[in-house]
Amino acid sequence: MNFELCSNHLSTLPSSFLLLASSFASYPTGTPGGNAPSRFVYQLKIMSKLELKNLNKTYNPQVVPVKDISLDVSEGEFLTLLGPSGCGKSTTLRLIAGLEQPTRGEIRIGDRNVTYLRPGDRDIAMVFQSYALYPHMTVYENMASSLKIRKTSSTEIHRLVTEVAASLGLTELLDRKPGKLSGGQRQRVALGRALVRQPAVFLLDEPLSNLDALLREKVRAELKQLFASQKAPVVYVTHDQTEAMTLSTKVAVVHKGSIQQLDPPHLIYTRPANQFVAGFVGSPQMNLFVLKCQGNFAIFGDVGVTLPDLPTVPPEIVLGIRPENVCFVDGTEAGQTTIKGEVYLVENLGMQNLISIRVKGLESLTVRALLPGDRQWSSNMVELVFPPRLIHWFDVKTGNRLPDF
Amino acid sequence: MSIAREQPTQKPFHIQQLIVPISALLIAAYFLAPIIWQVLTSFKVNADISAIPNVYIPKRITFEHYLSLFRRRPFGLYILNSAFVSITSTLLCLAVGAPAAYALARLRLWGERIMLAMITIVTLFPAVLLFLGLLEIVKALNWGNNYLALIIPYTALNLPLTILVMRSFFQQLPKDLEDAAKVDGYNTVQMLWQIVLPMTFPALVTTGILTFISAWNEFIFALTFMTRESLKTIPVATAQLSGVSVFEIPYGPIAAATVLGTLPLVILVLVFQRRIVQGLTAGAVKG
Repeated sequence: MNFELCSNHLSTLPSSFLLLASSFASYPTGTPGGNAPSRFVYQLKIMSKLELKNLNKTYNPQVVPVKDISLDVSEGEFLTLLGPSGCGKSTTLRLIAGLEQPTRGEIRIGDRNVTYLRPGDRDIAMVFQSYALYPHMTVYENMASSLKIRKTSSTEIHRLVTEVAASLGLTELLDRKPGKLSGGQRQRVALGRALVRQPAVFLLDEPLSNLDALLREKVRAELKQLFASQKAPVVYVTHDQTEAMTLSTKVAVVHKGSIQQLDPPHLIYTRPANQFVAGFVGSPQMNLFVLKCQGNFAIFGDVGVTLPDLPTVPPEIVLGIRPENVCFVDGTEAGQTTIKGEVYLVENLGMQNLISIRVKGLESLTVRALLPGDRQWSSNMVELVFPPRLIHWFDVKTGNRLPDF
Repeated sequence: MSIAREQPTQKPFHIQQLIVPISALLIAAYFLAPIIWQVLTSFKVNADISAIPNVYIPKRITFEHYLSLFRRRPFGLYILNSAFVSITSTLLCLAVGAPAAYALARLRLWGERIMLAMITIVTLFPAVLLFLGLLEIVKALNWGNNYLALIIPYTALNLPLTILVMRSFFQQLPKDLEDAAKVDGYNTVQMLWQIVLPMTFPALVTTGILTFISAWNEFIFALTFMTRESLKTIPVATAQLSGVSVFEIPYGPIAAATVLGTLPLVILVLVFQRRIVQGLTAGAVKG
């Protein structure tokens, strides 16, 4: 059944022109007998772009892992779907891959509507969290399998696999079975298996989460270089904000099946669109306080914090400030309202100290501040300042950023 | 380094160290005693078999009992019959059971729990209870003295076990591998044949051997449905071995037939022992 899918790919595959790494720059584009159709596909691939339009996946009215997701990833972009577990990010990736069918919405790759195509016909490659290497095949066979199934000539397969293997440092391991590889090596084989395909879109599902911390940092840097040197759009799923911040050109923070914010990493961090993003991104977590408003001030203990310009002053408001933005002041400087508090916990993070402070007049609240490790403070009674520029304000009910612009 | 330094000191002997080997020996003796007795009997001369007091270790060894099996009876034919019936029903069982198990493990089927409950209930039935009904069916179909009369009941009786064992195997097979195969462009048939089947091989062998053993050893159906001499299977033929007179019980040939009938199973298990041991999926996913 369905052998036609192989013949479909006969025309698309040899024309893959993607420049993976500098070593691939010498690739002739197209097969020796390059014919009209393959050149046509070549044109399409230049504009490889992934678009999701109002994607929805509903299992039943109570379980809606993906509510409504629209986004696009263009060539050269690296989009990360970031969110806590169970937020729908993995389901979104599986929808893009075609491993699940969306209830509503459309998925486009290039100018093809792939919503109802089988995974193998979408011209995508995916790296799985568990690597999913075929245990009965050698590394070479693992990497070659997708090309073989598309009836690529064996000389072409050999060339592609050896080049990708060389660029990933897998040449020595090509004859081994996955069972004889270390975790890091397996991870690279899984990556290699995706790279030989030269697909229109790369999908990566938490590819680093099975590596130990040291290796993860190293592979993260390698991933960044690897994907910076190639053009196909990348969709990367992770719950690790460091990975999201370091790797991506765009981050989509996903929560409860919908995108909370879609922005470059620095904006996600400096201008969180709502309270969820503010609380989820950044470690240690942002301080978030629900405060009563009075006049133009938010009442913080016995201090008033000046509100931003708002059309109407709400009765309550959420104030957010990152621990690293909380300033300690020595003595009172003129014209500054300081918040007085008492240090009750110091956590040494190595480079910095995370200090928990109980605020005077608001004993139930804890302000957490991050200080450089070498910075000393004289007594446990400290005075703090929240620089107005670095305060984030959020609506109590909607959680949205205020003022809304 | 520290190991090298500690080595010269003699370990004090504890009586506890003997407990494990001795109990292993006792358990092995318990299981093996009847089998060893049969093997020894099959090589004894008749005088030693009936001698009182018992001759445990024979001084005189003879192959006469084995040779007589083939000389006086078509014992080779019995073996072929048994092999044909068992192998066919095993293959049928796997061919039907494995896909069924895969479907039960992977697809969200309507009424899956009910189906599983029914399959489990079937395994609770003693086969002997089905016997009279089957006899009527065999008569109605005129299948007496036909291999099908054994192959089909054996397959049916072993199917539930095959499905249950294979299903639990498929459930622990990482689904990511199948997803990866789909993304790689395998269609369903290619995926099952090239990716799932090679990984399933150890489980197929394990359940296949179980099916084969139960078919090979089955007695009641084979006794009833096969009356023609040339179609008999080993268990029936062994039981029907008779001496020259009514008063002679041919212990020697019976023992020889038992050994011959068990040997294929022993060889089968030894050959596939490595396959039975799991671990082929190692390295597929993390770990």
